[in-house]
Amino acid sequence: MHSKVPPTPSGMYPRGGLLRRRETAFAWALILPSFVFIGVIIFYPMGLSLRLSLFQVDLTRRGAGTPFVGLANYIDILKSGYFWSSVGRTAYFTVVSIAIEMVLGLFIALLLNEKFRGRSILRSLLLLPWALPITVDAIMWKWIFNANYGAFNALLQQLGLIEKYQPWLTRPWSAMHCVIAADVWKVTPLVALLLLAGLQTIPRELYEAAEVDGAGWFRSLWKITIPLLGPTMTVVLVLRTLDAFRVFDIVYVMTQGGPANATKVISFLTYQEAFKFLHFSRGAALSYLITLIVAVLALLYTRAMKRQIEY
Amino acid sequence: MRRLISMLCLVGVVLFGACALGKVEISGLFMKQAGYQESDIRAMTEEFLKMRPDIDVKLSFVAYEELHDKIVVAAASGAGTYDVILLDCIWPAEFAEAGWLLDVTERLSEEDRADIFPEVLSAVTYRGRLYGMPWLNDWEYFFYNKKMLEAVGAKPPTYWTEVIDIARKLKAQNIVEYPIIDAWGQGEAVVIQWLQYVYAMGGTLFDEAGNPTMNEGKPLEALEFMVQHMDEGLFNPACIESFYEEVRRVFSAGQAAFGLNWTYMYNLANDPAESQIAGDAVIAVIPGFPDGRRSATCNGGMGLSILTSSQHPDEAWDYIQYLASKEVQKKYSQNALPIWKSLYDDPELIAQQPELIKVAKEQIHYIFDRPQVPWYSQLSLILSEELQAALTKAKTPKQAMDDAVSRTKEVMERYAQ
Repeated sequence: MHSKVPPTPSGMYPRGGLLRRRETAFAWALILPSFVFIGVIIFYPMGLSLRLSLFQVDLTRRGAGTPFVGLANYIDILKSGYFWSSVGRTAYFTVVSIAIEMVLGLFIALLLNEKFRGRSILRSLLLLPWALPITVDAIMWKWIFNANYGAFNALLQQLGLIEKYQPWLTRPWSAMHCVIAADVWKVTPLVALLLLAGLQTIPRELYEAAEVDGAGWFRSLWKITIPLLGPTMTVVLVLRTLDAFRVFDIVYVMTQGGPANATKVISFLTYQEAFKFLHFSRGAALSYLITLIVAVLALLYTRAMKRQIEY
Repeated sequence: MRRLISMLCLVGVVLFGACALGKVEISGLFMKQAGYQESDIRAMTEEFLKMRPDIDVKLSFVAYEELHDKIVVAAASGAGTYDVILLDCIWPAEFAEAGWLLDVTERLSEEDRADIFPEVLSAVTYRGRLYGMPWLNDWEYFFYNKKMLEAVGAKPPTYWTEVIDIARKLKAQNIVEYPIIDAWGQGEAVVIQWLQYVYAMGGTLFDEAGNPTMNEGKPLEALEFMVQHMDEGLFNPACIESFYEEVRRVFSAGQAAFGLNWTYMYNLANDPAESQIAGDAVIAVIPGFPDGRRSATCNGGMGLSILTSSQHPDEAWDYIQYLASKEVQKKYSQNALPIWKSLYDDPELIAQQPELIKVAKEQIHYIFDRPQVPWYSQLSLILSEELQAALTKAKTPKQAMDDAVSRTKEVMERYAQ
């Protein structure tokens, strides 16, 4: 706060005086409501669920009471194969969807950074998928991949790639990629937009200089665009990883974790424990494990980002 | 300061206005799927509100798959979000154990109780206590496309063996690509449909001592039956992603000759606005197996319950009584048949639903209940995962059922602790 005080030309704010103290108090008064608000809606539930995760709270067994069990819930989960296989699935979803989103997003951003007629219209159209609620997106893709009358099947058949309609959502391997496709379609526009913003900060002179030196399009992409886009890309990467790791809605609408658990990501597992089985304490422990994983990822990324900026 | 005073005045006026109207507001949670349709329930409620101007009813509708979780969240928070909820017959044990359902045993008269089908009463009963009013009297039926059967000169089938024979003919003659559609989506649906084959074969899931035994005998055979005939292309491969609405759409689009579904498909599949095969959809008793039972159908009875967190249980009960009354059930019999035995001989009702009543009277003899245990949600999830593992070829049927047994034992042990 101290550095924020403007320089005083004629001793209007005597050092350590009444006015300054009043100003600090005023600042606190301004912050306090939002602090209380955040406390009530974030810190209080967080504390409560941490407490919940250390007890055994199972609503279908009221007779058993709610004894303190320490870390037993966590140990139970960490020992179960179901937890690790869903972590694996979540990681696969995260890596593949982000990789595709990054590459596609970069190409779209490069395209929209060029000057051509109708560019501004295209730029606003680009945001359409992003503006759609996730549930709507998921329902739409569920219909597109429908085994009996889906548009995807019709397209492939008209192109002569498949002989008859395929049930894409009923095969474990393809179902996961259908879910990824729905996510990619929705999120690529956001990635493209963020990268486009990054592209516009790169000075044109650099490209002109490269052109004079005889560098081709691909070489300037590799030597100028991508290195200078690094910080933006890292930000996108962090945002997207944190988001993708908690994916739930698309899975809930499209597959309910099926077929044969192929799309049962970690958030879906948590939801099942808590709301299907009423094992609130295990659900809470699972949520904390997700938080932990995401926190570690965020830490690693911020480290990497710092290094990059120094470079 | 002056602004504050005027704000307070405004709030006061609003509060006073609400009190002066004196309406008791109750809210109900219903589903948007089989059984009574949303428009039916809205119309019933309108009629009730006309009779009871002192009450206001707020309605919410969710998909069946969401119903359980919505109730759990509302009940566990104790905030009184819903007064009346639609209760599926697999939940009384779970919810009553958690203390969320109002015991209404004393509220239902002996006379009324005697006139209600025992199958639907059991849907809202746990340990001899009544936790709701039976409301939706529903079980599944078999449906076939009359025109397709005529095309191959087949008679309506009585046993699954005949269904398979006809299906082979239909496929061979290219009348329909995949003759049978069934709801095997991951969730409750695949469990119900598999149980139907298990019970039709004459099997059960647990031995006399209560140990799970689905990895041998009929339960295993039932799963093998499903896998084998899906491989053969008789069951639509899309069964694995289908729930009842998908079954209805595929059947109504003329893309299946046979389908299994709840009562509501009958009228919708014959409604030209909803179906391309209107007039050709026939309802029948579900086939059985020659060496097993003649038929088997799952009890899908549902009731209306009051949550213990409700502030207005008496008004809620009045509302429930109206929805379940004979007049209302008779008037809206199109999508769900009444719970009242006496109505089945009512000439007016028979005139409204001649075919349905005839088949219903026979099908009711073959009703089975799903296991009534407080850990049913977990059992159902284990079964649905393992059944799907076999259907998608991730495991062999035997492997899948072995795993189902060992996982069920784990749940039972944890629960017995």
